[in-house]
Amino acid sequence: MSVDLRRESVRRRVADAAFQALALLVLIVALACLGALVWDVVSDGGGTLSWDFITSFPSRRASQAGIWHALTGSVFVIAVTAVLAVPIGVAAAIYLEEYGGRSLAARIIELNITNLAAVPSIIYGLLGLGLFVRMMGMGRSILAGASTLALLVLPVIILSTREALRAVPSSLREGSYALGATKWQTVWHQVLPVAAPGILTGFILALSRAIGETAPLITIGAVTFVTFAPDSIWSPFTVLPIQIFNWVSRPQAEFHAVAAAGIIVLVALLLSMNAGAIWLRDRYQKRGMS
Amino acid sequence: MRKSEFLIEWGLFGCALLSIGTTVGIIAVLTIETAGFLRDVPITDFLFGTEWTPLFATPRFGVLPLVVGTLLVSGIAMLVALPMGLLSAVYLSEYADERLRRIVKPVLEILAGIPTVVYGYFALLFVTPLLQRVIPNLASLNALGPGIVMGIMILPLVSSLSEDAMRGVPRGLREGSYALGATRMQTSLRVVVPAAFSGITAAFILAVSRAIGETMIVAIAAGQQPRLTPDPTKSVETMTTFIVQISLGDTPQGTLEYRTIFAVGMLLFIGTFGLNLVSAWLRERFREEYA
Repeated sequence: MSVDLRRESVRRRVADAAFQALALLVLIVALACLGALVWDVVSDGGGTLSWDFITSFPSRRASQAGIWHALTGSVFVIAVTAVLAVPIGVAAAIYLEEYGGRSLAARIIELNITNLAAVPSIIYGLLGLGLFVRMMGMGRSILAGASTLALLVLPVIILSTREALRAVPSSLREGSYALGATKWQTVWHQVLPVAAPGILTGFILALSRAIGETAPLITIGAVTFVTFAPDSIWSPFTVLPIQIFNWVSRPQAEFHAVAAAGIIVLVALLLSMNAGAIWLRDRYQKRGMS
Repeated sequence: MRKSEFLIEWGLFGCALLSIGTTVGIIAVLTIETAGFLRDVPITDFLFGTEWTPLFATPRFGVLPLVVGTLLVSGIAMLVALPMGLLSAVYLSEYADERLRRIVKPVLEILAGIPTVVYGYFALLFVTPLLQRVIPNLASLNALGPGIVMGIMILPLVSSLSEDAMRGVPRGLREGSYALGATRMQTSLRVVVPAAFSGITAAFILAVSRAIGETMIVAIAAGQQPRLTPDPTKSVETMTTFIVQISLGDTPQGTLEYRTIFAVGMLLFIGTFGLNLVSAWLRERFREEYA
């Protein structure tokens, strides 16, 4: 009997150790995939990357191709997206967090935002094509692209802004009311300044998602071969991910190397945006503690 | 209340309402164009037809090959993402110490933040050539490579949402299990995972929805041949790839080809929206269980 029990106990401990090893292995595989991806892109594109590559326009020849038009297009589109999405997103979040309470309208809007955040991005592209490009007559312009991306990142901005507002202690609001301030005065002078770093972090993360988006912009008809940098919100444009897609889709291996170099620039842009967000978050947390 | 306060509140409400406007806009645009499409193509031909050749001289509009292609790639992605995501969530929630979590979580966040066009590159030029060494008859555009890569892309989503659900399980349940002499594995798999079941299911459903709507990985690495086949070594076309394919060409507005992308988009929207609603409902139920 006691021998059976001991054997059972050993068996269970072995199973436990094996399970732990399996789970750890899964994590290692996931990290290895990231490593392989980085290694693959850098070894393919590292040789092509140069200052000329960044400041040149596209070319039918891989050796002369550059990303200046796509990089400026990306920056331009994201800037307009921010101008459109940020005020509306913050206003919506203030309503839901500070004014809406548990009213039926607020709850329906909340459920709707959670759902919108999970709608595939290509569906937003179809909305942009039908609404902005055709019905509102914006054409395949930067404005149409930025409007589409603004709707896409709005749920993300609203969710992150609400979180930042929720972190503001309610004693601050109560103190302000006690001094006779109105609701809006309280929000504008007390709550928003305290929540600002958290809100800003959310913006950066939302915009860094928008900068990597490809499908919705292809759907609204952003062009894949542009030989000039955009100069107004009505310009036709391309963005970095679309240019990369265009190069990857070509059969010649030389263009794959150019695509990899483009990916390095795109990921570097993304990582520096994320690093900025993390820096802001850390600064904010330190100030909150002291 | 002062008049300006009143105006401000309504202004803010208007901005919040815009999100409802987005949903209404999506449904309106898709419905209008799909209705136009269905005037020319009977709905039974569209939903149950087995041939998809909208650009041929004698076009056929049976959407099943696109649906099957989408489900095939998503299915492969789920075979990768669900077990791996769940295992890594169990490990992070029940086994790992704080130091390991501080290393692993940011790496998973980076994996989740990489643009999908980069994953497409990885699938086409790294994973598929690697697989071809093992499976010699694998086509260079196929369902398997992008499926696996999509699974890796979705893994962080499954992992972090499942982990949140498991961390929501009260400590007392675990302690009771340990008090009965259970090992950590037994506690994890027979107490914590069942207790967090609705939260984990919500994560899985959201992952399926993400896979179905994913576009660039399949547009780059799965090909553009609508084919009714369960064979993952062949090239297939997904619903999202078809929308990209038409968008890249210069299809004039108002033509039947133009409307097909909205009809396919409608199908995609109904599918993913339904899954998202079920997922949100399950998450809400999980929250109530341990409130």
